[in-house]
Amino acid sequence: MTMENIFGFSISPSSTVNLDNVDLTLFNRLHELEPDAWKCMSCGSCTATCPAGNFSGMSLRKVLHALQRGKEKDAVKMLRCCMLCGKCSMVCPRGINTRHLILSICKLYKED
Amino acid sequence: MRERFLTGYNDFVLPFMIGMVFILTYCIIALIRIIGQLPKEDRRRFFISLITPKTLAKNIKDIFCDCLLHVKIWKRNKLLGYMHSSIAFGWFMLIVVGHIEVLLYTPHRAKLFYYPIFFRYFVAETETTMKGAVLFFLMDFFLLVVLSGIALAIIKRIRSKIFGMRRTTNPSFLDLVGLYSLWSIFPLRLLAEGFTADISGGSFLTKSLNYVFTSFLSDHANMLPSWWAYSCALGIFFCVLPFTRYMHIPSEILLIPLRNAGIKIRHARKGLAKAQVYSCPSCGLCIDACPMSVQKGNIKDTTVYLNRQIRRGNEVRIEEISDKCLLCGKCTAICPVGVEGDKLRIAQRSVRKYGLSPDYSSIDTASLAIDSRGKILYYAGCMTALTPSIRKAMESLLKKAGVEYELMDKDGGICCGRPMWMAGRFDQAKQMVEKNTGIIRNSGADTLLLSCPICYRIFKERYSLEGIRIVHHTEFIDSLISEGRLKIKRDPRKYVYHDPCELGRGSGIYEQPRNVLLRAGTLVEAAKNRKESICCGGSVGSLSLSFDKRKALTENALNNLTAASPDVIVTACPLCLSTFSRYADRKVEDIAETIDRNTSN
Repeated sequence: MTMENIFGFSISPSSTVNLDNVDLTLFNRLHELEPDAWKCMSCGSCTATCPAGNFSGMSLRKVLHALQRGKEKDAVKMLRCCMLCGKCSMVCPRGINTRHLILSICKLYKED
Repeated sequence: MRERFLTGYNDFVLPFMIGMVFILTYCIIALIRIIGQLPKEDRRRFFISLITPKTLAKNIKDIFCDCLLHVKIWKRNKLLGYMHSSIAFGWFMLIVVGHIEVLLYTPHRAKLFYYPIFFRYFVAETETTMKGAVLFFLMDFFLLVVLSGIALAIIKRIRSKIFGMRRTTNPSFLDLVGLYSLWSIFPLRLLAEGFTADISGGSFLTKSLNYVFTSFLSDHANMLPSWWAYSCALGIFFCVLPFTRYMHIPSEILLIPLRNAGIKIRHARKGLAKAQVYSCPSCGLCIDACPMSVQKGNIKDTTVYLNRQIRRGNEVRIEEISDKCLLCGKCTAICPVGVEGDKLRIAQRSVRKYGLSPDYSSIDTASLAIDSRGKILYYAGCMTALTPSIRKAMESLLKKAGVEYELMDKDGGICCGRPMWMAGRFDQAKQMVEKNTGIIRNSGADTLLLSCPICYRIFKERYSLEGIRIVHHTEFIDSLISEGRLKIKRDPRKYVYHDPCELGRGSGIYEQPRNVLLRAGTLVEAAKNRKESICCGGSVGSLSLSFDKRKALTENALNNLTAASPDVIVTACPLCLSTFSRYADRKVEDIAETIDRNTSN
């Protein structure tokens, strides 16, 4: 038993985002291709319907959040499980074309 | 018949000969290239099919019916059919009868390419010629047939509506050059043969024209210029042919045997795809058929323009056009030459480069394992999760019929892979197919019941589940009713059935849902139905069509469905159901819901 969860609590790693240190070049390119990239209001409908979420914690809401904050690694990890079924596009109250957005992310970003 | 010239040659045959040699060389090289581009096993298959009597007979029949008689166009519109077959068949017969004339009267000239084409210039009538009157008559008759077709073609340019076409293709510059040279070939031939008819003989058309000419143009000097003009028109037509829509004439003769050999598109631009692109005659039937063309801005995204852009190599437009398409498959269903607009687009999508490639190997299927030995395995599908009423109705029906079943995706399962397949990412789709295959095989079920036509299509086409019956709920309900396991009662409602793209055109299921609905109430048909049914607009086939742009498509599809003012719109696809429900002015439901309401046992 490690020190961190000795009392049943764990200390989460710092998730501080310093936007000054974030390189948003790729995200800006994505935004040019997909104006919808800033349209998300994080309602989570996509996450609620996502069949991949069951297996992997995939959540388009989180993916967009992560990309907007420069945390590309997290986003890429989640996207690896997307099955492109398209349910998210049907429930999105903002009318975001999620499938095209996901494919564009897949084109621009690389696994590393 | 005797020859007028010892040499059997005149300079005016040169334009024709240049054109003919060019087009023959071009076609032979193109033929070798396309066959060379086929994957090895496809090429073998193709050659074997050419020597198999059954496919050989089918090839000949199809080439005769499609390329010459244009039977498919006749079925669509009589006038349009006549226009096509008069030009194609008429021209073909002119060539055949021309060759017969040469073989009969000047057999030693048979080796000359141009002789049958310009026969009337090179010969003079003698007493014995009258034996050939029937040939002369045939030549004039078929010339008249072609001319009537050309006249119709000119009218069609001005008023296409008479031919049942609301919109036609916008011809490119070279298309116009080809068009005008094609139109001028036959009037010029009539003119040339008219001038020569008092020497070479002729029949009702050319002889009569000759009488008219001699009344005010007694000089034979007019003869040569008109033969030159005729030869030039032919020469220009053949020289521009490879760069115009008329390339469909030779291409289709290759496409038909390729199709009959059972070859599929394996490469976005090569082999069969190339043969299809070049076989597109730019007729524009797909423009009216395309559900997107209700919006003017989408007209240039129809299959005919995709083919044109592929020929031009315009990558930006190719990507736009292939991503926008709903993949409803209607252009493929109505295409008279058999261009597969939907598959061609999926192939274009499949060559994209991605930095990120999903990988599902980490998904543990153990948590999805299910034991359904001796039961039916019901895979409702992702989309059905958004319209749970379908699953509930179906479960209720299964209980009523006493069918034992097990749900495969009660708490969500792995996607069937079809949406990924439609996006052109085959490797990812195949991974899902494998995962699902494993789950189904391990369940021990002998029947897989599906509610979503999108799933149904890929399960039928790409899954190897030998020994397991794959059945869509429309088929299953139909069989339950005919086996007497469901007692159905009629209600006074008027139903219309919407054919979902993937179930109708995609999988060929048209009758079962109608059989079922006929027992539930009065069934009326939509204005366009079965293989011409209009996509609801919700399709996951389109990658780039945004939500707001789809509304007009859905409304158009709804107008089509409500033509016979039904009380209820019935469909068999969860995606169609949720799309229609958004904008419909009357009740929309799934066929399972209709039948569940009308059964009591």
